[in-house]
Amino acid sequence: MTVIGWVQIILFCAIIVALTPLVGGFMTRVFAGEWTFLTPVLRPIETAIYWTGGVDDKREQHWLTYTVAMLLFHVGGFLILYILMRVQASLPLNPAEQANVAPDLAFNTAVSFITNTNWQNYGGEGTMSYLTQMLGLTHQNFLSAATGIVLAVALIRGFARASAKTVGNFWVDITRCTLYILLPICVVYTIFLVWQGMPQTLGAYVEATTLEGAKQTIAVGPVASQVAIKMLGTNGGGFFNANAAHPFENPTALSNFVQMLSIFVLGAALTNVFGRMVGNQRQGWAILSVMGILFIAGVAFCYWAEANGTATLNALGLTGGNMEGKEVRFGIVASALFAVITTAASCGAVNAMHDSFTALGGMIPLINMQLGEIVIGGVGAGLYGMLLFVVITIFIAGLMVGRTPEYVGKKIEAKEVKMAMLAILAMPLMMLGWTAVAAVNPQALTQLGNSGPHGFSEMLYLYVSSTANNGSAFGGITANTVFFNTTGAIAMFVGRFFMIVPAMAIAGSLVEKKSIAASAGTFPTTGGLFVGLTVGVILVVGGLTFFPVLALGPIVEHLAMLAGTVF
Amino acid sequence: MLKELRPAIVVLVLLTLITGLVYPLGMTGIAGALFPKQAQGSLIEKDGKVIGSALIGQAFESDKYFHGRPSATTGPDPKDATKTVSAPYNASNSMGSNLGPTSKALADRLKEDVDKLKAKNPNAAVPVDLVTASGSGLDPDVSPAAALFQVPRVAKARGLPDQNVRALVEAQTEGRTLGLLGEPRVNVLKLNLALDALRS
Repeated sequence: MTVIGWVQIILFCAIIVALTPLVGGFMTRVFAGEWTFLTPVLRPIETAIYWTGGVDDKREQHWLTYTVAMLLFHVGGFLILYILMRVQASLPLNPAEQANVAPDLAFNTAVSFITNTNWQNYGGEGTMSYLTQMLGLTHQNFLSAATGIVLAVALIRGFARASAKTVGNFWVDITRCTLYILLPICVVYTIFLVWQGMPQTLGAYVEATTLEGAKQTIAVGPVASQVAIKMLGTNGGGFFNANAAHPFENPTALSNFVQMLSIFVLGAALTNVFGRMVGNQRQGWAILSVMGILFIAGVAFCYWAEANGTATLNALGLTGGNMEGKEVRFGIVASALFAVITTAASCGAVNAMHDSFTALGGMIPLINMQLGEIVIGGVGAGLYGMLLFVVITIFIAGLMVGRTPEYVGKKIEAKEVKMAMLAILAMPLMMLGWTAVAAVNPQALTQLGNSGPHGFSEMLYLYVSSTANNGSAFGGITANTVFFNTTGAIAMFVGRFFMIVPAMAIAGSLVEKKSIAASAGTFPTTGGLFVGLTVGVILVVGGLTFFPVLALGPIVEHLAMLAGTVF
Repeated sequence: MLKELRPAIVVLVLLTLITGLVYPLGMTGIAGALFPKQAQGSLIEKDGKVIGSALIGQAFESDKYFHGRPSATTGPDPKDATKTVSAPYNASNSMGSNLGPTSKALADRLKEDVDKLKAKNPNAAVPVDLVTASGSGLDPDVSPAAALFQVPRVAKARGLPDQNVRALVEAQTEGRTLGLLGEPRVNVLKLNLALDALRS
């Protein structure tokens, strides 16, 4: 570890903290329907969409209607994407003449993109036409991100409103989120990325004759416009197979730094939106502190592990850390930091190959996802995931003192706790259950890229990443098989909707409750005690659930490495 | 519930068109006007022919050129299209080795590469990035140490004094962005082009 490495990490954190209240303030105005500097340009487009769709933007919805609207929106998005992939060979904008995508791969990919996972069992430049990349993938990058954000906003309204019936209008929220927040940032961001060297062209792949006279086919495409929303919306699906390690998808150290910021910016800002809407910004800062503690711990550990290198490298006298699978322009620190960020959020873009990380360095991304990606998390998903843990924490704190627990003026009762537990239990079931099934499936075991405990970690990572809707991979595994495509899709589906629906049910239950004033017996949720207790609950729940499986994978691999074993 | 069907279809279709067609096509137009070179892929031309991209590494094998990092990319086997074979720096199929820290295949590959490099230059420590495969398989850069390590070999093959080649490497070394971000690096293709220019 170096001083300049730590300076980069601290600078990153400082910028995120500085942006949080600014972006949070803007987002709060947008979802309240207030005037912003973009209103004169965008309001006519917005009203045109409502008029065509028969949406009354004054009429709000009950939580069930809101949820059904969201589910219908997902079904439509799934159909568009699935059909596009199945017939792309007959459609325009396909200069590389990509064939139609096979049914099981198209199914997995469509589920993957509507759930904001963006797991890639395909290599972008070898599978998808430009039209599919734009109309299918780019558009779903926007809409799955917007869905996550508006659901978080609906849940916040549940906490913020008292004795109400409705949680907002899904169509209004999704339109505003896309038009006022995601699109404007992406327009500026795309221009920045192209300036840094990212291609943005509809031209065919380039045929080059290298200095030594060999032929090199260079894949290009409309990369920058997709990468902008891929990072901002914590989607993470790469235009290219190597994702953000590819020089066209992350050309410079500066583009890398801005990409890392853009993964966190909206998720961090949502904690501030929460604080503003419940009437006390310190409530938001307390949640961000919980996230920050877990984040810094993960970064420090991962950076330390990668900078130390592996036994194999050290035995050969190779110093400078574990550079297998990493790019020179990023080096150790920017690769380790990126890996922790992308799995803390549900982004899943990678600028280095996680499969080649050290055993302990690669364990941090696993733990981040197993905890449910609540450290900033996916846009929206991170906040509602974290609020589920807060509900549990408040419940436990209430048990300790024998009072009905309350949070930001709302009583937390049996229904909320049951719903939170449903979400928190569904995820380990998918992560651990499918890993166990794969481990006894002989056909699945032939698809692993590494032997020994690392091969086990590859399968574990697949289902953890799918369930947590992350999308990064231990890429050595060849998961484009019917078994992995199908089971992975189920894990992604459950991971998304068994979070969303219980979270919405909590919103619906809370919104109807009276708001009660804080009294001397109220547990203060803006101080250090609350932050410490929440971190503790997260680590205890996560630790009890996942320590055994981590012991079988990364921990035993690390011990084997220390003993000089290779597989 | 049925009354949600109309907005479901209309809002979805309109937002799909805006984000899936208007936005990427509009950005393609704007990017092409503002930064035409980058938007096309930062291509480098020599005598009217494209010789590569400044951002994409190439496979260099001759002793007269600086070499890039090992690349784990593959391409279709010319004899059997269902199989793949090693094809370093295949810029239409980016990938890393994905070999883990306790992989025997990785340990064997590292040992073989270190031995080969030591045979060419026994006097210096082997830089780690010169034997580890990059994440994309297309890394255009090597570390300054990795470029300097190759100076004796390149200088000998070209019949140039060591210090001239060394000075060229130093001139081509890029520092951290803003003195802070990323790592110092040397773009191998640009270095080799400068090397060719030196001779003529």
